[in-house]
Amino acid sequence: MKKIEAIIKPYKIEEIKNSLVEIGIHGMTVTYVEGFGSQGGHTESYRSAEIAVSFLPKIKIEIVVDNEKLENVIEAIIKHAKTDSDGAIGDGKIFIYNIENAIRIRTGEEGSVAL
Amino acid sequence: MTQKIKSAETSVVLKKIKDENKEKKYQRIKKVSIFTSVLIIAILIGSIFAIKGTGFISSNDASNISNADTVFMIISSILVMLMTPALALFYGGMVRKKNVLGTIMQSFAALGIVSIIWFLYGYSLAFGGDVANLIGNFDFIMQKNVSLASIEGGTIPEQLFFIFQMMFACLTPALITGAFAERFKFKSYLLFLILWITFIYCPLAHWVWGGGWISKIGGLDFAGGLVVHIASGAAALACCIMLGSRKGYKKENMPPHNLTLTFIGLMFLWVGWFGFNSGSALSASTLAITAFVNTQLGAAAGLLAWIGTEYLHRGKVTVLGGMSGTLAGLVGITPACGFVTPVSSIIIGIITGMICYVLTTFKGFFKYDDSLDVIGIHGTGGIAGSILTGIFATVLVNSDGANGLFYGSLELFNAQIISTIASVLFAFFGTLLILYITNKISPIRVSEFEEMQGLDISQHGENAYRLQI
Repeated sequence: MKKIEAIIKPYKIEEIKNSLVEIGIHGMTVTYVEGFGSQGGHTESYRSAEIAVSFLPKIKIEIVVDNEKLENVIEAIIKHAKTDSDGAIGDGKIFIYNIENAIRIRTGEEGSVAL
Repeated sequence: MTQKIKSAETSVVLKKIKDENKEKKYQRIKKVSIFTSVLIIAILIGSIFAIKGTGFISSNDASNISNADTVFMIISSILVMLMTPALALFYGGMVRKKNVLGTIMQSFAALGIVSIIWFLYGYSLAFGGDVANLIGNFDFIMQKNVSLASIEGGTIPEQLFFIFQMMFACLTPALITGAFAERFKFKSYLLFLILWITFIYCPLAHWVWGGGWISKIGGLDFAGGLVVHIASGAAALACCIMLGSRKGYKKENMPPHNLTLTFIGLMFLWVGWFGFNSGSALSASTLAITAFVNTQLGAAAGLLAWIGTEYLHRGKVTVLGGMSGTLAGLVGITPACGFVTPVSSIIIGIITGMICYVLTTFKGFFKYDDSLDVIGIHGTGGIAGSILTGIFATVLVNSDGANGLFYGSLELFNAQIISTIASVLFAFFGTLLILYITNKISPIRVSEFEEMQGLDISQHGENAYRLQI
Protein backbone atom coordinates (compact mmCIF):
# COMPACT_ATOMS: atom_id res chain seq x y z
CA MET A 1 0.00 0.00 0.00
CA LYS A 2 1.09 3.54 -0.73
CA LYS A 3 -0.01 6.93 0.51
CA ILE A 4 -0.19 9.70 -2.07
CA GLU A 5 0.05 13.22 -0.72
CA ALA A 6 -0.68 15.90 -3.30
CA ILE A 7 -0.51 19.65 -2.80
CA ILE A 8 -2.63 21.43 -5.40
CA LYS A 9 -4.22 24.74 -6.32
CA PRO A 10 -7.46 25.15 -4.36
CA TYR A 11 -9.74 25.67 -7.37
CA LYS A 12 -8.61 22.34 -8.89
CA ILE A 13 -10.00 20.19 -6.08
CA GLU A 14 -13.41 19.38 -7.63
CA GLU A 15 -11.92 18.39 -10.97
CA ILE A 16 -9.32 16.12 -9.36
CA LYS A 17 -11.85 14.52 -7.01
CA ASN A 18 -14.20 13.70 -9.90
CA SER A 19 -11.39 12.18 -11.97
CA LEU A 20 -10.28 10.01 -9.05
CA VAL A 21 -13.81 8.81 -8.36
CA GLU A 22 -14.01 7.83 -12.04
CA ILE A 23 -10.97 5.55 -11.74
CA GLY A 24 -12.41 3.86 -8.67
CA ILE A 25 -10.98 5.75 -5.70
CA HIS A 26 -13.67 5.89 -3.04
CA GLY A 27 -12.09 7.84 -0.21
CA MET A 28 -9.69 10.67 0.47
CA THR A 29 -8.74 13.21 3.14
CA VAL A 30 -8.52 16.89 2.24
CA THR A 31 -6.84 19.65 4.26
CA TYR A 32 -6.76 23.38 3.61
CA VAL A 33 -3.14 24.43 4.00
CA GLU A 34 -0.90 27.46 3.40
CA GLY A 35 2.68 27.57 2.26
CA PHE A 36 5.15 28.83 -0.27
CA GLY A 37 7.44 27.44 -2.95
CA SER A 38 8.82 28.88 -6.13
CA GLN A 39 5.51 30.61 -6.95
CA GLY A 40 6.14 33.20 -4.17
CA GLY A 41 3.37 35.38 -2.73
CA HIS A 42 1.60 38.62 -3.56
CA THR A 43 1.17 42.03 -1.95
CA GLU A 44 -1.96 43.47 -0.38
CA SER A 45 -2.48 47.09 0.64
CA TYR A 46 -4.55 48.44 3.52
CA ARG A 47 -4.46 52.25 3.58
CA SER A 48 -0.80 53.01 4.21
CA ALA A 49 0.22 49.42 4.94
CA GLU A 50 1.69 47.40 2.09
CA ILE A 51 1.64 43.79 3.19
CA ALA A 52 3.66 41.00 1.56
CA VAL A 53 1.64 37.78 1.79
CA SER A 54 4.15 34.97 1.52
CA PHE A 55 1.90 32.03 2.45
CA LEU A 56 -0.53 31.11 -0.31
CA PRO A 57 -3.60 28.94 0.20
CA LYS A 58 -3.33 25.39 -1.17
CA ILE A 59 -5.18 22.12 -0.70
CA LYS A 60 -3.51 18.93 0.46
CA ILE A 61 -5.09 15.62 -0.63
CA GLU A 62 -4.15 12.38 1.10
CA ILE A 63 -5.11 9.05 -0.48
CA VAL A 64 -4.01 5.54 0.48
CA VAL A 65 -4.22 3.00 -2.38
CA ASP A 66 -3.15 -0.50 -3.39
CA ASN A 67 0.15 -0.62 -5.26
CA GLU A 68 -1.50 -1.51 -8.56
CA LYS A 69 -3.74 1.58 -8.50
CA LEU A 70 -0.84 3.94 -7.76
CA GLU A 71 0.15 4.75 -11.36
CA ASN A 72 -3.43 5.54 -12.40
CA VAL A 73 -3.97 7.88 -9.47
CA ILE A 74 -0.72 9.78 -10.05
CA GLU A 75 -1.51 10.11 -13.73
CA ALA A 76 -4.98 11.46 -13.00
CA ILE A 77 -3.70 13.99 -10.46
CA ILE A 78 -0.95 15.26 -12.75
CA LYS A 79 -3.38 15.56 -15.66
CA HIS A 80 -5.99 17.52 -13.76
CA ALA A 81 -3.82 19.61 -11.41
CA LYS A 82 -2.06 21.31 -14.32
CA THR A 83 -2.98 24.86 -15.24
CA ASP A 84 -3.88 24.60 -18.97
CA SER A 85 -2.08 21.82 -20.79
CA ASP A 86 1.43 23.15 -20.20
CA GLY A 87 1.19 23.68 -16.45
CA ALA A 88 2.45 26.69 -14.51
CA ILE A 89 4.59 27.51 -11.49
CA GLY A 90 2.48 26.87 -8.39
CA ASP A 91 0.58 23.84 -9.71
CA GLY A 92 1.80 21.77 -6.77
CA LYS A 93 3.67 18.60 -5.86
CA ILE A 94 3.02 14.90 -5.25
CA PHE A 95 4.71 12.85 -2.52
CA ILE A 96 4.50 9.06 -2.14
CA TYR A 97 4.98 7.10 1.08
CA ASN A 98 5.00 3.44 1.99
CA ILE A 99 2.16 2.40 4.27
CA GLU A 100 2.69 -0.38 6.81
CA ASN A 101 -0.90 -1.30 7.49
CA ALA A 102 -4.48 -0.04 7.41
CA ILE A 103 -7.21 -0.99 9.89
CA ARG A 104 -10.95 -0.38 9.60
CA ILE A 105 -12.07 0.71 13.04
CA ARG A 106 -15.63 -0.65 12.80
CA THR A 107 -14.73 -4.24 11.91
CA GLY A 108 -11.04 -4.51 12.76
CA GLU A 109 -10.24 -5.67 9.15
CA GLU A 110 -6.62 -5.10 8.16
CA GLY A 111 -4.67 -4.48 4.94
CA SER A 112 -6.06 -3.42 1.58
CA VAL A 113 -9.59 -4.67 2.37
CA ALA A 114 -9.72 -1.92 4.99
CA LEU A 115 -9.18 0.83 2.42
CA MET B 1 11.92 7.90 48.57
CA THR B 2 12.62 11.04 46.53
CA GLN B 3 9.34 10.55 44.76
CA LYS B 4 7.52 10.64 48.10
CA ILE B 5 9.23 13.88 49.07
CA LYS B 6 8.41 15.30 45.67
CA SER B 7 4.76 14.38 45.91
CA ALA B 8 4.64 15.88 49.40
CA GLU B 9 6.09 19.11 48.01
CA THR B 10 3.62 19.08 45.14
CA SER B 11 0.71 18.65 47.47
CA VAL B 12 1.91 21.63 49.53
CA VAL B 13 2.14 23.75 46.40
CA LEU B 14 -1.25 22.55 45.20
CA LYS B 15 -2.78 23.34 48.59
CA LYS B 16 -1.24 26.80 48.45
CA ILE B 17 -2.72 27.43 44.99
CA LYS B 18 -6.09 26.19 46.20
CA ASP B 19 -5.96 28.54 49.19
CA GLU B 20 -4.96 31.43 46.98
CA ASN B 21 -7.85 30.74 44.65
CA LYS B 22 -10.22 30.67 47.63
CA GLU B 23 -8.79 33.95 48.84
CA LYS B 24 -9.21 35.47 45.34
CA LYS B 25 -12.79 34.28 45.15
CA TYR B 26 -13.47 35.76 48.58
CA GLN B 27 -11.91 39.06 47.52
CA ARG B 28 -14.03 39.09 44.39
CA ILE B 29 -17.22 38.50 46.33
CA LYS B 30 -16.18 41.29 48.69
CA LYS B 31 -15.57 43.65 45.74
CA VAL B 32 -18.92 42.80 44.16
CA SER B 33 -20.81 43.40 47.38
CA ILE B 34 -19.05 46.75 47.96
CA PHE B 35 -19.80 47.80 44.39
CA THR B 36 -23.44 46.80 44.70
CA SER B 37 -23.95 48.61 47.97
CA VAL B 38 -22.28 51.79 46.65
CA LEU B 39 -24.54 51.61 43.61
CA ILE B 40 -27.66 51.18 45.72
CA ILE B 41 -26.70 54.11 47.96
CA ALA B 42 -25.99 56.25 44.88
CA ILE B 43 -29.39 55.38 43.41
CA LEU B 44 -31.11 56.22 46.72
CA ILE B 45 -29.37 59.61 46.97
CA GLY B 46 -30.05 60.19 43.31
CA SER B 47 -33.74 59.47 43.60
CA ILE B 48 -34.01 61.96 46.48
CA PHE B 49 -32.54 64.61 44.17
CA ALA B 50 -34.73 63.47 41.36
CA ILE B 51 -37.92 63.69 43.35
CA LYS B 52 -36.97 67.20 44.48
CA GLY B 53 -36.98 68.62 41.01
CA THR B 54 -36.89 67.08 37.56
CA GLY B 55 -38.35 68.13 34.31
CA PHE B 56 -41.15 65.63 34.71
CA ILE B 57 -42.53 67.57 37.66
CA SER B 58 -41.78 71.15 36.63
CA SER B 59 -43.46 72.95 33.75
CA ASN B 60 -44.86 70.82 30.97
CA ASP B 61 -45.97 73.72 28.83
CA ALA B 62 -46.22 72.36 25.29
CA SER B 63 -47.41 75.50 23.52
CA ASN B 64 -44.31 76.06 21.33
CA ILE B 65 -43.73 72.43 20.49
CA SER B 66 -44.06 71.29 16.90
CA ASN B 67 -45.03 67.65 16.51
CA ALA B 68 -43.31 67.37 13.14
CA ASP B 69 -40.01 68.70 14.52
CA THR B 70 -40.30 66.43 17.53
CA VAL B 71 -40.79 63.31 15.41
CA PHE B 72 -37.89 64.33 13.17
CA MET B 73 -35.60 64.83 16.15
CA ILE B 74 -36.59 61.55 17.78
CA ILE B 75 -35.63 59.74 14.57
CA SER B 76 -32.41 61.75 14.27
CA SER B 77 -31.45 60.82 17.84
CA ILE B 78 -32.04 57.16 17.05
CA LEU B 79 -29.85 57.44 13.95
CA VAL B 80 -27.02 59.07 15.89
CA MET B 81 -27.27 56.41 18.59
CA LEU B 82 -26.69 53.81 15.85
CA MET B 83 -23.34 55.38 15.02
CA THR B 84 -21.58 54.19 18.18
CA PRO B 85 -22.27 50.45 17.64
CA ALA B 86 -21.53 51.06 13.94
CA LEU B 87 -18.14 52.41 14.93
CA ALA B 88 -17.59 49.30 17.06
CA LEU B 89 -18.07 47.17 13.91
CA PHE B 90 -16.06 49.55 11.73
CA TYR B 91 -13.07 49.43 14.06
CA GLY B 92 -13.66 45.79 15.05
CA GLY B 93 -13.14 44.62 11.47
CA MET B 94 -9.90 46.54 11.10
CA VAL B 95 -8.02 44.99 14.03
CA ARG B 96 -6.55 41.51 14.23
CA LYS B 97 -9.03 38.85 15.26
CA LYS B 98 -7.58 38.42 18.75
CA ASN B 99 -8.61 42.02 19.53
CA VAL B 100 -12.03 42.32 17.90
CA LEU B 101 -14.10 42.02 21.08
CA GLY B 102 -11.77 44.31 23.02
CA THR B 103 -12.20 46.93 20.31
CA ILE B 104 -15.97 46.52 20.13
CA MET B 105 -16.19 46.74 23.92
CA GLN B 106 -14.41 50.10 24.00
CA SER B 107 -17.12 51.71 21.87
CA PHE B 108 -19.87 49.71 23.54
CA ALA B 109 -18.79 50.76 27.03
CA ALA B 110 -18.93 54.41 25.97
CA LEU B 111 -22.68 54.03 25.33
CA GLY B 112 -23.17 52.92 28.92
CA ILE B 113 -20.84 55.24 30.80
CA VAL B 114 -21.35 58.44 28.84
CA SER B 115 -25.16 58.13 28.88
CA ILE B 116 -25.16 58.06 32.67
CA ILE B 117 -22.57 60.84 33.00
CA TRP B 118 -24.55 62.97 30.56
CA PHE B 119 -27.60 62.53 32.80
CA LEU B 120 -25.66 63.13 36.05
CA TYR B 121 -23.72 66.29 35.12
CA GLY B 122 -22.49 66.19 31.49
CA TYR B 123 -25.46 68.00 29.98
CA SER B 124 -25.26 70.61 32.70
CA LEU B 125 -21.53 71.28 32.13
CA ALA B 126 -22.08 71.58 28.37
CA PHE B 127 -25.40 73.39 28.14
CA GLY B 128 -25.93 74.89 31.61
CA GLY B 129 -25.73 78.62 32.29
CA ASP B 130 -22.46 80.12 31.08
CA VAL B 131 -19.53 80.49 33.49
CA ALA B 132 -16.73 82.75 32.18
CA ASN B 133 -17.45 81.65 28.56
CA LEU B 134 -15.68 78.37 29.37
CA ILE B 135 -18.11 75.91 30.90
CA GLY B 136 -21.73 75.41 31.94
CA ASN B 137 -22.93 75.67 35.52
CA PHE B 138 -24.73 73.06 37.62
CA ASP B 139 -28.30 74.16 36.74
CA PHE B 140 -29.16 70.96 34.87
CA ILE B 141 -27.54 68.41 37.18
CA MET B 142 -29.48 65.12 37.09
CA GLN B 143 -31.96 66.70 34.69
CA LYS B 144 -32.97 69.28 37.25
CA ASN B 145 -34.74 72.08 35.33
CA VAL B 146 -34.62 70.08 32.09
CA SER B 147 -38.28 70.17 31.18
CA LEU B 148 -40.55 68.75 28.54
CA ALA B 149 -41.30 72.32 27.45
CA SER B 150 -39.61 73.60 24.33
CA ILE B 151 -35.96 74.69 24.22
CA GLU B 152 -35.13 78.36 23.99
CA GLY B 153 -35.84 79.58 20.47
CA GLY B 154 -36.78 76.09 19.32
CA THR B 155 -39.78 73.87 18.83
CA ILE B 156 -38.74 70.59 20.43
CA PRO B 157 -38.89 69.52 24.10
CA GLU B 158 -35.69 70.21 26.02
CA GLN B 159 -35.47 66.56 27.08
CA LEU B 160 -35.33 65.61 23.41
CA PHE B 161 -32.47 68.05 22.86
CA PHE B 162 -30.80 66.49 25.92
CA ILE B 163 -31.02 62.97 24.48
CA PHE B 164 -29.95 64.09 20.98
CA GLN B 165 -26.83 65.68 22.45
CA MET B 166 -26.23 62.60 24.61
CA MET B 167 -25.76 60.49 21.47
CA PHE B 168 -23.04 62.87 20.24
CA ALA B 169 -21.28 62.62 23.58
CA CYS B 170 -21.33 58.80 23.41
CA LEU B 171 -19.85 58.75 19.91
CA THR B 172 -16.94 61.16 20.42
CA PRO B 173 -14.79 59.21 22.91
CA ALA B 174 -15.54 56.01 20.97
CA LEU B 175 -13.90 57.64 17.91
CA ILE B 176 -10.62 58.01 19.82
CA THR B 177 -10.42 54.27 20.54
CA GLY B 178 -9.23 53.63 16.97
CA ALA B 179 -5.94 55.36 17.74
CA PHE B 180 -5.03 53.12 20.65
CA ALA B 181 -6.57 49.92 19.32
CA GLU B 182 -5.09 46.61 20.46
CA ARG B 183 -3.19 47.92 23.53
CA PHE B 184 -5.31 49.90 26.06
CA LYS B 185 -6.05 48.28 29.42
CA PHE B 186 -9.84 48.08 29.75
CA LYS B 187 -10.04 49.09 33.44
CA SER B 188 -7.94 52.17 32.80
CA TYR B 189 -9.96 52.92 29.67
CA LEU B 190 -13.11 53.29 31.75
CA LEU B 191 -11.38 55.85 33.98
CA PHE B 192 -9.98 57.65 30.92
CA LEU B 193 -13.47 57.73 29.41
CA ILE B 194 -14.99 59.39 32.48
CA LEU B 195 -12.22 61.99 32.76
CA TRP B 196 -12.20 62.75 29.02
CA ILE B 197 -15.92 63.31 28.70
CA THR B 198 -15.91 65.50 31.81
CA PHE B 199 -12.86 67.66 31.18
CA ILE B 200 -12.55 67.76 27.38
CA TYR B 201 -15.89 67.05 25.71
CA CYS B 202 -18.20 69.02 28.01
CA PRO B 203 -16.14 72.25 27.93
CA LEU B 204 -15.68 72.01 24.14
CA ALA B 205 -19.39 71.42 23.54
CA HIS B 206 -20.06 74.43 25.75
CA TRP B 207 -17.61 76.62 23.81
CA VAL B 208 -19.27 75.85 20.50
CA TRP B 209 -22.94 75.15 21.22
CA GLY B 210 -23.59 76.06 24.86
CA GLY B 211 -22.91 79.79 24.56
CA GLY B 212 -19.15 79.70 25.21
CA TRP B 213 -16.44 81.83 23.64
CA ILE B 214 -16.26 80.18 20.20
CA SER B 215 -19.92 80.84 19.52
CA LYS B 216 -19.33 84.44 20.69
CA ILE B 217 -16.43 85.13 18.30
CA GLY B 218 -18.62 83.82 15.49
CA GLY B 219 -17.00 80.42 14.85
CA LEU B 220 -19.34 78.09 12.96
CA ASP B 221 -19.68 74.36 13.54
CA PHE B 222 -22.97 73.02 12.24
CA ALA B 223 -22.88 69.42 13.42
CA GLY B 224 -19.71 68.84 15.38
CA GLY B 225 -16.56 69.20 13.29
CA LEU B 226 -14.79 70.89 16.20
CA VAL B 227 -16.46 69.21 19.11
CA VAL B 228 -16.56 65.68 17.72
CA HIS B 229 -13.95 65.21 15.02
CA ILE B 230 -11.18 67.69 15.77
CA ALA B 231 -11.46 66.88 19.47
CA SER B 232 -11.21 63.13 18.92
CA GLY B 233 -8.42 63.53 16.34
CA ALA B 234 -6.29 65.71 18.62
CA ALA B 235 -6.98 63.40 21.58
CA ALA B 236 -5.96 60.46 19.38
CA LEU B 237 -2.56 62.04 18.76
CA ALA B 238 -2.06 62.46 22.50
CA CYS B 239 -3.01 58.80 23.04
CA CYS B 240 -0.52 57.59 20.42
CA ILE B 241 2.27 59.58 22.04
CA MET B 242 1.47 58.44 25.59
CA LEU B 243 0.83 54.78 24.77
CA GLY B 244 3.55 54.10 22.24
CA SER B 245 3.31 51.80 19.25
CA ARG B 246 1.88 48.32 19.22
CA LYS B 247 4.33 45.52 19.83
CA GLY B 248 5.80 44.55 16.47
CA TYR B 249 4.50 47.69 14.69
CA LYS B 250 6.18 48.06 11.29
CA LYS B 251 7.94 44.71 11.78
CA GLU B 252 4.96 42.37 11.60
CA ASN B 253 1.99 42.33 9.26
CA MET B 254 -1.12 43.69 10.95
CA PRO B 255 -3.82 43.39 8.30
CA PRO B 256 -7.52 44.00 9.08
CA HIS B 257 -9.12 40.66 9.98
CA ASN B 258 -12.61 41.21 8.52
CA LEU B 259 -13.27 44.04 6.10
CA THR B 260 -16.87 42.99 5.51
CA LEU B 261 -17.53 43.77 9.20
CA THR B 262 -15.87 47.14 8.62
CA PHE B 263 -18.13 47.72 5.62
CA ILE B 264 -21.29 47.01 7.63
CA GLY B 265 -20.01 49.44 10.24
CA LEU B 266 -19.29 52.15 7.70
CA MET B 267 -22.70 51.85 6.05
CA PHE B 268 -24.43 52.28 9.42
CA LEU B 269 -22.17 55.25 10.12
CA TRP B 270 -23.20 56.81 6.81
CA VAL B 271 -26.89 56.28 7.54
CA GLY B 272 -26.41 57.57 11.08
CA TRP B 273 -24.66 60.64 9.74
CA PHE B 274 -27.93 61.89 8.23
CA GLY B 275 -29.35 62.07 11.74
CA PHE B 276 -26.11 63.62 12.93
CA ASN B 277 -25.99 66.38 10.30
CA SER B 278 -29.56 67.13 9.33
CA GLY B 279 -30.70 66.54 12.91
CA SER B 280 -28.39 69.37 13.92
CA ALA B 281 -30.89 71.72 12.29
CA LEU B 282 -33.07 70.84 15.33
CA SER B 283 -36.20 71.04 13.19
CA ALA B 284 -37.77 69.35 10.17
CA SER B 285 -36.98 72.44 8.14
CA THR B 286 -35.45 73.40 4.80
CA LEU B 287 -32.16 73.72 6.65
CA ALA B 288 -32.34 70.03 7.56
CA ILE B 289 -32.83 69.18 3.90
CA THR B 290 -29.85 71.33 2.90
CA ALA B 291 -27.71 69.49 5.43
CA PHE B 292 -29.04 66.14 4.19
CA VAL B 293 -28.18 66.87 0.56
CA ASN B 294 -24.76 68.29 1.44
CA THR B 295 -23.94 65.26 3.60
CA GLN B 296 -24.64 62.82 0.79
CA LEU B 297 -22.69 64.88 -1.75
CA GLY B 298 -19.73 65.36 0.58
CA ALA B 299 -19.55 61.64 1.33
CA ALA B 300 -19.81 60.67 -2.34
CA ALA B 301 -17.14 63.20 -3.35
CA GLY B 302 -14.84 61.95 -0.59
CA LEU B 303 -15.30 58.35 -1.73
CA LEU B 304 -14.42 59.20 -5.33
CA ALA B 305 -11.53 61.48 -4.37
CA TRP B 306 -9.90 58.78 -2.24
CA ILE B 307 -10.23 55.92 -4.70
CA GLY B 308 -9.19 58.20 -7.58
CA THR B 309 -6.03 59.28 -5.79
CA GLU B 310 -5.40 55.69 -4.76
CA TYR B 311 -5.75 54.50 -8.36
CA LEU B 312 -3.26 57.09 -9.58
CA HIS B 313 -0.86 56.27 -6.74
CA ARG B 314 -1.05 52.48 -6.56
CA GLY B 315 -2.88 51.40 -9.68
CA LYS B 316 -5.61 49.62 -7.71
CA VAL B 317 -8.78 50.70 -5.95
CA THR B 318 -9.42 49.17 -2.52
CA VAL B 319 -12.64 48.78 -0.54
CA LEU B 320 -10.94 49.96 2.64
CA GLY B 321 -9.76 52.99 0.68
CA GLY B 322 -13.29 53.72 -0.52
CA MET B 323 -14.57 53.42 3.03
CA SER B 324 -11.85 55.73 4.32
CA GLY B 325 -12.65 58.31 1.66
CA THR B 326 -16.36 58.20 2.46
CA LEU B 327 -15.59 58.73 6.13
CA ALA B 328 -13.19 61.59 5.32
CA GLY B 329 -15.86 63.25 3.16
CA LEU B 330 -18.47 62.88 5.91
CA VAL B 331 -16.09 64.31 8.51
CA GLY B 332 -15.20 67.22 6.23
CA ILE B 333 -18.80 68.16 5.47
CA THR B 334 -19.93 67.92 9.11
CA PRO B 335 -19.11 71.49 10.23
CA ALA B 336 -20.12 72.93 6.86
CA CYS B 337 -23.30 71.07 5.91
CA GLY B 338 -25.74 73.73 7.14
CA PHE B 339 -23.87 76.70 5.68
CA VAL B 340 -22.69 75.80 2.16
CA THR B 341 -24.14 75.15 -1.28
CA PRO B 342 -24.21 71.65 -2.81
CA VAL B 343 -21.36 72.53 -5.21
CA SER B 344 -19.21 73.64 -2.29
CA SER B 345 -20.04 70.34 -0.54
CA ILE B 346 -18.60 68.40 -3.43
CA ILE B 347 -15.47 70.55 -3.40
CA ILE B 348 -15.13 70.08 0.37
CA GLY B 349 -15.57 66.31 -0.01
CA ILE B 350 -12.91 66.10 -2.72
CA ILE B 351 -10.38 68.24 -0.85
CA THR B 352 -10.87 66.39 2.47
CA GLY B 353 -10.73 62.98 0.78
CA MET B 354 -7.45 63.83 -0.93
CA ILE B 355 -5.81 65.46 2.09
CA CYS B 356 -6.74 62.49 4.28
CA TYR B 357 -5.36 60.09 1.68
CA VAL B 358 -2.04 61.89 1.64
CA LEU B 359 -1.81 62.01 5.43
CA THR B 360 -2.73 58.39 6.09
CA THR B 361 -0.42 57.22 3.31
CA PHE B 362 2.58 59.13 4.54
CA LYS B 363 2.01 58.66 8.25
CA GLY B 364 4.97 56.26 8.14
CA PHE B 365 7.26 59.29 8.27
CA PHE B 366 5.94 60.15 11.72
CA LYS B 367 6.88 57.95 14.64
CA TYR B 368 3.41 57.42 16.09
CA ASP B 369 1.22 54.34 15.63
CA ASP B 370 -2.24 55.72 14.86
CA SER B 371 -3.59 52.20 14.43
CA LEU B 372 -6.90 52.89 12.67
CA ASP B 373 -6.11 56.39 11.37
CA VAL B 374 -8.15 58.56 13.73
CA ILE B 375 -5.70 61.45 13.34
CA GLY B 376 -5.44 60.88 9.60
CA ILE B 377 -9.19 60.90 9.01
CA HIS B 378 -11.08 62.51 11.91
CA GLY B 379 -8.34 64.95 12.92
CA THR B 380 -7.21 65.98 9.46
CA GLY B 381 -10.70 65.78 7.95
CA GLY B 382 -12.12 67.80 10.84
CA ILE B 383 -9.49 70.53 10.55
CA ALA B 384 -9.89 70.69 6.76
CA GLY B 385 -13.70 70.82 7.09
CA SER B 386 -13.58 73.55 9.70
CA ILE B 387 -11.25 75.75 7.65
CA LEU B 388 -13.18 75.07 4.43
CA THR B 389 -16.36 76.16 6.24
CA GLY B 390 -14.60 79.49 6.73
CA ILE B 391 -14.04 79.62 2.98
CA PHE B 392 -17.31 78.33 1.51
CA ALA B 393 -20.01 79.33 4.02
CA THR B 394 -22.62 81.73 2.71
CA VAL B 395 -25.64 83.51 4.13
CA LEU B 396 -27.53 82.61 0.96
CA VAL B 397 -27.87 79.09 2.36
CA ASN B 398 -28.36 79.90 6.03
CA SER B 399 -29.08 83.40 7.24
CA ASP B 400 -27.91 82.41 10.72
CA GLY B 401 -24.46 81.60 9.28
CA ALA B 402 -21.91 84.01 7.86
CA ASN B 403 -20.05 84.68 4.63
CA GLY B 404 -16.74 82.90 4.13
CA LEU B 405 -13.57 83.92 2.34
CA PHE B 406 -14.99 82.91 -1.04
CA TYR B 407 -17.92 85.29 -0.51
CA GLY B 408 -15.66 88.19 0.39
CA SER B 409 -15.52 88.18 4.17
CA LEU B 410 -12.44 87.55 6.28
CA GLU B 411 -14.16 87.59 9.66
CA LEU B 412 -15.57 84.06 9.60
CA PHE B 413 -12.33 82.64 8.19
CA ASN B 414 -10.35 84.14 11.07
CA ALA B 415 -12.87 82.84 13.61
CA GLN B 416 -12.62 79.36 12.08
CA ILE B 417 -8.81 79.36 12.22
CA ILE B 418 -8.75 80.57 15.83
CA SER B 419 -11.41 78.12 17.01
CA THR B 420 -9.75 75.21 15.16
CA ILE B 421 -6.32 75.92 16.65
CA ALA B 422 -7.80 76.43 20.12
CA SER B 423 -9.77 73.16 19.96
CA VAL B 424 -6.76 71.19 18.75
CA LEU B 425 -4.49 72.57 21.47
CA PHE B 426 -7.09 72.16 24.21
CA ALA B 427 -8.00 68.59 23.29
CA PHE B 428 -4.36 67.59 22.72
CA PHE B 429 -2.84 68.93 25.93
CA GLY B 430 -5.92 68.13 28.00
CA THR B 431 -5.81 64.50 26.84
CA LEU B 432 -2.08 64.27 27.55
CA LEU B 433 -2.74 65.39 31.11
CA ILE B 434 -5.70 63.03 31.53
CA LEU B 435 -3.67 60.08 30.27
CA TYR B 436 -0.82 61.01 32.61
CA ILE B 437 -3.19 61.06 35.58
CA THR B 438 -4.94 57.85 34.50
CA ASN B 439 -1.59 56.15 34.14
CA LYS B 440 -0.65 57.14 37.71
CA ILE B 441 -3.85 55.62 39.07
CA SER B 442 -3.97 52.54 36.84
CA PRO B 443 -1.48 51.66 34.06
CA ILE B 444 -2.96 52.56 30.67
CA ARG B 445 -1.17 49.92 28.64
CA VAL B 446 -1.60 46.17 28.84
CA SER B 447 1.45 44.04 29.66
CA GLU B 448 3.53 42.64 26.83
CA PHE B 449 2.12 39.17 27.43
CA GLU B 450 -1.49 40.41 27.48
CA GLU B 451 -0.89 42.29 24.24
CA MET B 452 0.47 39.15 22.62
CA GLN B 453 -2.52 37.16 23.88
CA GLY B 454 -4.91 39.78 22.52
CA LEU B 455 -7.42 41.97 24.34
CA ASP B 456 -10.29 39.50 23.92
CA ILE B 457 -8.75 36.88 26.17
CA SER B 458 -6.58 39.07 28.41
CA GLN B 459 -9.12 41.84 29.13
CA HIS B 460 -12.47 40.14 28.74
CA GLY B 461 -11.87 36.40 28.97
CA GLU B 462 -13.83 35.60 25.82
CA ASN B 463 -13.18 34.67 22.22
CA ALA B 464 -14.97 36.07 19.17
CA TYR B 465 -14.51 33.23 16.72
CA ARG B 466 -14.45 29.56 17.55
CA LEU B 467 -13.76 27.77 14.31
CA GLN B 468 -13.82 24.20 15.60
CA ILE B 469 -16.63 22.49 17.54
